[in-house]
Amino acid sequence: MTKQNEYKIPLRTQIAKNRVSYLMIAPYFLIFTFFTILPVISSMVISLTYFDMLSMPRWLGWGNYLKLLLEDDIFILALKNTLVLAVVTGPVSYVLCLLFAWIINEFRGRLRAFLTLIFYAPSISGQAFLIWNIILTGDRYGYLNGLLIRWGFLQEPVLWMKTYNYVLPVLIVVQLWLSLGTGFLAFIAGLQTIDKTLYEAAAIDGIKNRWQELWYVTLPAMKPQLMFGAVMQITGSFAIADISIQLAGNPSVGYAGATIVTHLLDYGGVRFEMGYAAAIATLLFLLMVGTNKLVQRLLRRVGE
Amino acid sequence: MVSGKPMVIIEKETLRERLFPRRSKLNRSRAGNALLFTFMAICGVFMALPLVMIVNNALKPLDEIYQFPPRIFVRYPTFENFTDLFVQMSGTWVPFSRYILNTIIITGGGTVGHVIIASFAAYPLAKHKFPGKTFLFTLVILSLMFTWQVTQIPNYVIISYLGINNTHLALIIPAWGYGIGLYLMKQFMEQIPDSLIESARIDGASEMRVFWLIIMPNVKPAWLTLAIFQFNLMWGNTGYLFIRSEELKPLQFAMQQIMAGGPARAGEAAAVAFVLAAIPITFFLLCQSSILETMTTSGIKE
Repeated sequence: MTKQNEYKIPLRTQIAKNRVSYLMIAPYFLIFTFFTILPVISSMVISLTYFDMLSMPRWLGWGNYLKLLLEDDIFILALKNTLVLAVVTGPVSYVLCLLFAWIINEFRGRLRAFLTLIFYAPSISGQAFLIWNIILTGDRYGYLNGLLIRWGFLQEPVLWMKTYNYVLPVLIVVQLWLSLGTGFLAFIAGLQTIDKTLYEAAAIDGIKNRWQELWYVTLPAMKPQLMFGAVMQITGSFAIADISIQLAGNPSVGYAGATIVTHLLDYGGVRFEMGYAAAIATLLFLLMVGTNKLVQRLLRRVGE
Repeated sequence: MVSGKPMVIIEKETLRERLFPRRSKLNRSRAGNALLFTFMAICGVFMALPLVMIVNNALKPLDEIYQFPPRIFVRYPTFENFTDLFVQMSGTWVPFSRYILNTIIITGGGTVGHVIIASFAAYPLAKHKFPGKTFLFTLVILSLMFTWQVTQIPNYVIISYLGINNTHLALIIPAWGYGIGLYLMKQFMEQIPDSLIESARIDGASEMRVFWLIIMPNVKPAWLTLAIFQFNLMWGNTGYLFIRSEELKPLQFAMQQIMAGGPARAGEAAAVAFVLAAIPITFFLLCQSSILETMTTSGIKE
């Protein structure tokens, strides 16, 4: 059936014809509408108001957005930090997820499950920040300071998380260490569902080593997972906040660790300016949607 | 592999074949394997640090927890922290088993429900043609990009309006509609060849039968992975926003109360951290190994 013919059938008949499909998606989309769509839309509306959660919202129009973009210097700094974090950690994390998933897929049996656990550990153990606090302690007993002093690189201990220039690089390192999360597990699962006969066929067709196999067979076969991983990576990299708050505090020294979401939490959670926080969330949303468009276009070219 | 003695040959397969999958004979060099193994071992040490620290902390006596400078490894391991925790657990106002039951209901309900409902919706989106399909799917992906902290207040209003505030349902039902599950399942289901579904339909299978007998078995790695994600999310939920009755609160909440007990309770807090991590890890290992059992040999085939 061509596309044109499809449009000629009245919508009602089409819906009646596909009622099984609609019945199957109904429970999910009912819940999704109530607990996701409605809250998101109301947040977008709230972003056009002044709302302190105590009195009724007061209409502001574009006021919050104008203030954000024209008057709020810290927001601009946070935006800059977020872009640096996202541009550096996003692609690197993504490639690391893929690389480690692919390597782990070369092993098998219990060793494979064990390796998966080890590499997923920072995401699952819940206390991952504590270890970095011990490593980065600002006196000479901190692991990093201790080692650098012993090896003669430093004379005096450095207050790592209280020095403006070190905050962002440290956040990048910790974020990379934490990167093997959702995308990583999705890739592991994706590698499992690839039809194994594809590899035999490829070997006959002249694929010589594992790198060629990766580019010409494995990656094209797991495109849907690559797309999923990319969206997860974008939502993760642009929303970095927890590690910044845990390691550098909020506000951090000179706002060196400020990101869009720490700024949002500052206004939403501390100052009770929900309208302003919602405006930040909406801008972040637009930023992610734009990036996603770009990335999906790049991903379509995998394996060509 | 590099040991001096001749390797013990097991009748079916050598050690090398046990460590690496059978297809290692195809396009795999021995040097490459060795290189990868070394690389993984070095990286693994760094990644395993949090696990090492949780286990060691839980076994430290109180003076070692406060030892300065801090050490990662325990010197005189003890189970004191766990016995202390046990004593404290038996003395709570609400019986501790009640917290455990609440957590089983919340985590179990949220995980099983989400996997089933999201998979149910993912199948038509991946394999059927109907008006509105692309629009609905795009909505789900877009929703993943909106900061969830901001939607908490509208969510609270809606949950109160539906009259499920201060019940387990306030935590369970919204979890069924998370975007991640639908997206993940749809991506995997897309890969199932249409011919497989077509042949089942020709044999007279209803869409329900196709879903349970063809689709779900073929995407088993996907729903096991989704179960891991959702389990972790639900497990970490303290429910502080919606649940006020003490006898409805989950284990996570009670455990955090113990963790907030101050310096004298630091030992118990370390034991709590161990328990809170051990259960998701056990679940993770169970799911990961059953992904392996079913899928190592086949993959999705026509």
